[in-house]
Amino acid sequence: MEVIKIVGTDDTPSVTLDVANEIFEISGRSLPEDVAAFYEPILDWIERYSEEASGKTVFNFKLVYFNTASSKMILDILLKLEEMYESGKDVMIRWHYPEDDEDMEEAGEEYSDIVEVPFEQISYPLD
Amino acid sequence: MDENNVEIKEFLEFVYTFYKSMKDAKVELVYEGEITHQITKAFTSLTETNMQLTEESNNTQKKVFHVMIECLQNIGKHADPMNPEDFNKDGRGVFVLCKNETEYTITTGNIIQKHKVDEIGSSLDNINSLDKEGLKQLYKHQIKEGRLSNKGGAGLGFIDIAKKTGNKIHFHFAPINDDFSFMVLTSTITR
Repeated sequence: MEVIKIVGTDDTPSVTLDVANEIFEISGRSLPEDVAAFYEPILDWIERYSEEASGKTVFNFKLVYFNTASSKMILDILLKLEEMYESGKDVMIRWHYPEDDEDMEEAGEEYSDIVEVPFEQISYPLD
Repeated sequence: MDENNVEIKEFLEFVYTFYKSMKDAKVELVYEGEITHQITKAFTSLTETNMQLTEESNNTQKKVFHVMIECLQNIGKHADPMNPEDFNKDGRGVFVLCKNETEYTITTGNIIQKHKVDEIGSSLDNINSLDKEGLKQLYKHQIKEGRLSNKGGAGLGFIDIAKKTGNKIHFHFAPINDDFSFMVLTSTITR
């Protein structure tokens, strides 16, 4: 599958979807002007990938900020990963949050309550 | 003095009175106009820089940033134009950021169609009646059930503001005419 590599900006996250190197990651800030336009290609990619995935998929979220419109799109990604998991694929979510950021930690907890997929919360220290 | 000079003098006095009112209310930033994505980014980045300079706590900085984004995007996406020709433009409204010793307040005002007043009002009353756990449940329900509107809103903004600030959202609707009302909302972030 083609590699998706989007370099983040002050309002859009960095995205890497790379099957060969087993990197599935969304990180940074997400408040795009048009959330649907930004996330649709990512959702399409995951949809196609879910059919051919053979190994383990560890999907990393390492966001420092997302607006509520993005939160809906993030859930859509998680729901696709949940579908994959339910169809018998080996899928795991890793939700990384800055160690002092309770809101980001809580966001991870809420998502893990909503979707039925192995979900790990990982705090990381700030520079 | 001729009539024109009187008018100018009155206007200059108005600017001074306006300036004093802003100082009294501890206004940090005020704007009236179209809320584009660029404006949203410029205001949040300016406010972030100011908060960093004054060494505001990280937690407060994050909350102010978050509430500003949601409030500005609310106007941009949901303010209704009185002139149908402006239907495809970004919404316009007034944005006011104030800061005193104990809190930041973020206030927005914009025009909405009158028939929406009851629905928005009862939704805000409901949000204000909930505690932290209740807001969490409502958020989870809305993110699952809600659909992204054609303007890219998830219907989560008010819930999220209440959840993140831990404070009530104060609001007021002022009738403009038979079809439109002016909606004012204030969110508070405790420092």
